[in-house]
Amino acid sequence: MTTRDQTFARVAELIEPFNKKGVPLAEQTRFATDLEWDSLTVMDFVAAVEDEFDILITMNMQAQIETVGQLVDAVDTLKAKA
Amino acid sequence: MTDAGTLAEACTSVPEDAPHAPDLLAKFDPLIAEREALLATGVRDPFAIVMERVLSPTEAIINGRHTILLGTYNYMGMTFDPEVIEAGKQALDEFGSGTTGSRVLNGTYAGHKACEDALKAFYGTDHAMVFSTGYQANLGIISTLAGKGDYIILDADSHASIYDGCWLGNAEIVRFRHNSVEDLDRRLARLPKEAGKLVVLEGVYSMLGDVAPLPEMVAVAKRHGAMILCDEAHGMGFFGAHGRGVYEALGCEGDIDFVVGTFSKSVGTVGGFCVSNHPKFEVLRLVCRPYVFTASLPPSVVATAAASIRKLMHADAKRAHLWKNSRRLHQGLRDLGFTLGTPEAQSAIIAVMLPDQALAVGMWQGLLERGLYVNMARPPATPAGTFLLRCSLCAEHRDEQVDQIIEMFAAAGRAVGCIG
Repeated sequence: MTTRDQTFARVAELIEPFNKKGVPLAEQTRFATDLEWDSLTVMDFVAAVEDEFDILITMNMQAQIETVGQLVDAVDTLKAKA
Repeated sequence: MTDAGTLAEACTSVPEDAPHAPDLLAKFDPLIAEREALLATGVRDPFAIVMERVLSPTEAIINGRHTILLGTYNYMGMTFDPEVIEAGKQALDEFGSGTTGSRVLNGTYAGHKACEDALKAFYGTDHAMVFSTGYQANLGIISTLAGKGDYIILDADSHASIYDGCWLGNAEIVRFRHNSVEDLDRRLARLPKEAGKLVVLEGVYSMLGDVAPLPEMVAVAKRHGAMILCDEAHGMGFFGAHGRGVYEALGCEGDIDFVVGTFSKSVGTVGGFCVSNHPKFEVLRLVCRPYVFTASLPPSVVATAAASIRKLMHADAKRAHLWKNSRRLHQGLRDLGFTLGTPEAQSAIIAVMLPDQALAVGMWQGLLERGLYVNMARPPATPAGTFLLRCSLCAEHRDEQVDQIIEMFAAAGRAVGCIG
């Protein structure tokens, strides 16, 4: 398992409590349109991801992240910088 | 400018094979459908209330009916104060109806200076800057203070004007969980040590009426080298020995770098401001876009604001009566079995929590039919993802009005079945 696979697996676990409709998760799964998250859910989820990986995902950065795959890449990049 | 003839000609000359662009309002179709479905059930639109006449800070005629107002931000009841009204009339006579200009060009009148002097006296600060609304005060100050490479750290439940101030600037934006000192500390610790940091807090959060743990948050922010801006929109007039806000009541004076507030709540008119002791504060008048590029407040408005602010400095009796009202209503509603947003009365706002939209609208309409106006709030405006009726008390609510309010809540609550 690569580091990226591990990050994907952990991100998927963190998504589960917020995945009310049981949407199957893939690289291209979109937070707004597929998971139908509102801004409050996004806030709670982002806080969980930040605390899990000890990183900071600014709102400016969040605006660029639409899919699970993009988030996983962003997490790995931020972890490398930390 | 396009004249009417040219415009008409342009409209008729669109070629038939022009690409069909989507309707830009189509994205709001789900909201339009939800609203129409709600109104089809026969309820009045909670967001289309018209005050036909306003009789006093606590009473109005709505839909032909005498109604107690419990959904305004008229906390100190200054809107009908005779001295405030007289000051406005005099300014209207002496200075006209408006300035037609920006503060940095032709828009600064003696009244604007007098209003800023009143704010400096009220807050005991060296500087005060008046904006045309409270929204613009946050928009301007936040976007100007924090620039590219700086960080703004804000509470997740912050007011829209704070969020919009963040988006107007170029800083990096970081949210922390509502009122969580630990979460604020953790996020500040992850920021680059050398970066400029502005922590934005509010004294009272308007949806639940809960108060921020300012002393703990201020200590954390200072430890990480951040400057602090505190929005006291819902705290001014009511909290603290001088009515300065929650930060005064909790002993944080001297630790807050910038205080932002509004005239549209306790002051009883419209406008916004920022006060500070920062020695370079005055430069903001030249670089703050929502201050520079908008018309200044009309002379009558700044005159009413100045008169009101000077009276609020000595409004101890009003403050005491408003606290009494708040505690009585909180206790009364709790005794009836309602679920409230805070365990005790923390401010002049008392939020009655309801489980869904149908009950919230039914309850709201039931109160209105009995002669009581409150605010209905729903997601995403509500932080807890729930539905609530927001009651905001006024220092001018009489004891018997508070009794009537509790009786109306009892009757409406039993009618819709949300209390036993």
